[in-house]
Amino acid sequence: MAGTFDIAIVGGGLAGCSAALHARLMGASVALFEQGQCGAQASGVNYGGVRQQGRHVAELPLSRRSRAIWGNLATLVGSDCEFVASGHLKLARHDADMEELERHRQRLDDYGIKAELLGSAKLRREYPFLSKGFAGGSLCAEDGQANPRLVAPAFARAARALGAEIREQTAVESVVAIGSGFLVFLKDRPQPISARRVINTAGAWGAVVAGWLGDHVKEQVMAPNMCVTEPIAPLIGPNLGICGGGIYIRQAPHGSVIFGSGLGVADRMARRARPLADVTQSAAREAIAMVPQLANVLLVRTWTGIEGRMADGLPLVGPSPTIEGLFHAFGFSGHGFQLGPAVGAVLAELALEGRSPTSLAGLSPSRFHQDPTSAPVNQQ
Amino acid sequence: MTGQEPIVIVGAGPAGIAAAGVLVAAGLRPVVIDQAGTGGGQIFRRPEPQLSRTLEDLYGFDARRARRFRDDFHRLLPNIDYRPRTEVWDAKPGVLHLVDNGVVGIQRWSRLILATGAMDRVIPIPGWTAPGVYSLGGAQIALKAEASLIGRKVVFSGTGPLLYLVSYQYAKAGAEVVLLEAGRPFSDPGNLLPLASGGLGFAKGVYYMAWLRAHGVRLLTDSSPIEITHDRHGRAAGFVFRRRGVVTRLPCDAVAIGFGLQAETQIADLLGVAFHFADLQRQWLPVADAEGRASAEGVYLAGDGLSVRGSEVAALSGEAAAMALLKDIGRPRPAMFGRHRVIRRADRFRHALDRAFPFPVTAVCDLDDRAVVCRCEGVTAGAIRATASSSGETEINRIKSFCRVGMGRCQGRLCGPVAAELLAGMASENIQSVGRLRSQAPLKPLPLATLAGTR
Repeated sequence: MAGTFDIAIVGGGLAGCSAALHARLMGASVALFEQGQCGAQASGVNYGGVRQQGRHVAELPLSRRSRAIWGNLATLVGSDCEFVASGHLKLARHDADMEELERHRQRLDDYGIKAELLGSAKLRREYPFLSKGFAGGSLCAEDGQANPRLVAPAFARAARALGAEIREQTAVESVVAIGSGFLVFLKDRPQPISARRVINTAGAWGAVVAGWLGDHVKEQVMAPNMCVTEPIAPLIGPNLGICGGGIYIRQAPHGSVIFGSGLGVADRMARRARPLADVTQSAAREAIAMVPQLANVLLVRTWTGIEGRMADGLPLVGPSPTIEGLFHAFGFSGHGFQLGPAVGAVLAELALEGRSPTSLAGLSPSRFHQDPTSAPVNQQ
Repeated sequence: MTGQEPIVIVGAGPAGIAAAGVLVAAGLRPVVIDQAGTGGGQIFRRPEPQLSRTLEDLYGFDARRARRFRDDFHRLLPNIDYRPRTEVWDAKPGVLHLVDNGVVGIQRWSRLILATGAMDRVIPIPGWTAPGVYSLGGAQIALKAEASLIGRKVVFSGTGPLLYLVSYQYAKAGAEVVLLEAGRPFSDPGNLLPLASGGLGFAKGVYYMAWLRAHGVRLLTDSSPIEITHDRHGRAAGFVFRRRGVVTRLPCDAVAIGFGLQAETQIADLLGVAFHFADLQRQWLPVADAEGRASAEGVYLAGDGLSVRGSEVAALSGEAAAMALLKDIGRPRPAMFGRHRVIRRADRFRHALDRAFPFPVTAVCDLDDRAVVCRCEGVTAGAIRATASSSGETEINRIKSFCRVGMGRCQGRLCGPVAAELLAGMASENIQSVGRLRSQAPLKPLPLATLAGTR
């Protein structure tokens, strides 16, 4: 392989793999480096919700663009990755929640995303499997779910088929900015790779990569505690969420019910994460409280993965505030799966054309920009 | 973890009870957690009380050991905190998560001895999911615990010493038995002397074979299973196999399959114990030092859950682990003489057995595409092969995430090793690089209500 690329991507999660694919589609030469396997961390082990509803307004333009890509996966990457527009139903605990859902509905509408508010009577009629007592809910019918295990590897395969270099089990040791671009040093390789642009999609390790190049931000880690049951007959239509956070539940097309609430433990440096038994138990209680028929269903497995989290709960997406040609997208804080495909497309546009039609307002890395002399990188 | 927490033993078979015996002799009171309702493990499993059968009927040559085990166990009972019918569903340093009669709870531990035993290794012969098909251990449980036979005309297919023992027990109990040994156990003359070094163990094996032959039981070596056929009700009705190029169909009404044993290692895995691939046994086993110390702090391993070596060695390794534990906590130890020599001799015999009855890798690699490898998720051998081809990957956890093999209720216990062999075979890949399925909680499926504590 040649040692010079238009774009080097650090991190083979969904955003990175999508960036590789979109950059190839735009004709650039691309090398992607993944320390493990593509989609093996947060992109592959998340809940699998593909949801626009309930997002911060800063994420809505990206989310909207991503939704279009989700609907087109079969054409783009050769597999629909089990994406189904099963809808997303966010439940209101009381009237104040209903008012919040109505305000959110109006905001979604501004971005062309349609949601429908349901009162308690209609909710009970249409979703009789829910426990009683919800004040109502908001249904975004075009939201849905996909199998996270399939998506990033499918993007990686499609990018590779178009000629992108996708190198798994290849850890990057450091990236250095030089006059005309960057040198990417790989573990156990004496010769660096050179690239005109660098895209940092290193997930929970994103702040470490950013720190090499002088962009110092604090990124915590989180490990969503995921649970899955044995397959059961179709029971739950839309993905379920609730105002105020907590439990989220979906039933996958093959019948398993996947749910989560709370966090397991993550060790970023050891690249290990594990669910916690007591968190699993309280998630089981919450799941039954929302859908009582789940009481007799068997839990077969729990898992988690390592995800990066920013202090304000929003990802960092956009050009580096300090280095020309460097682009960041990490710290998705537990809700990056749906955004991933569009994040990759936007990064490719920014890196190759210098601009994107999709607004990133509110997500800019500059919002955390600190003077490196006063703020050492947090590598907890 | 504090030193105040108890020492906990998981498993009340020969290894766990031997370990408990040493700890009690040293003045400690261990907690002993066991799935079964009474001590004994698989080997000394007991019938329901209403089925009164003599120990000689149940255990044959092992009746004396069974009696001794039972006596030891009853003597120990007042001095241990015995928790029968209790499952471990999750584990982390210092804590076991339990479920006991549908009630979840925790057990803290300062030191933990895992004596979790072994389970049948099964090859998913096409048709294996039909009613009337049992694992070898399942067939033995039916006999020992329920005093019933799985059928009148039973085909035993597989390999390993247990195949002969259970065939013998079934023939003796009046079943019409055919024994189809996949390998050729005595084809290597160089292995005969090491086998004979097994003394009584070897003599027992020879006796079973001689008895089977003397009683007209068909015992065919070199017999590769092809398919289990079924009647119009779906029940197992025939067994098709190939021997020296000739394909034969035997009518039967039940089949028992057992291709040796595999160690039960899930708790050790959750605790982060290191594993190594044992070439001869062709399975991943937890790493322990000569006395049974695992790589995880305060964890000890004993018995078939450490390495399948049979019940005599299991008991010795249980004692060894308990002795190591006493040493580690600075307690005086009861003298133990020559144990390591006994273990080493038994190891030689076991090594010879493993060579005589190797896991038939080709029988897995040759599995028909239609064979259902993962019955929980309905994943066929063909689907696993197609997933590996289309993804270009062979790592078992990746293949699991792509095609769902091993994602079901059994957590890949049964299908994981088979899928790994398939992947290694098709890619001419070293089986070690295919890896092993990671264990995940809950180790056994649990109703949400049980977890929630509402029942």
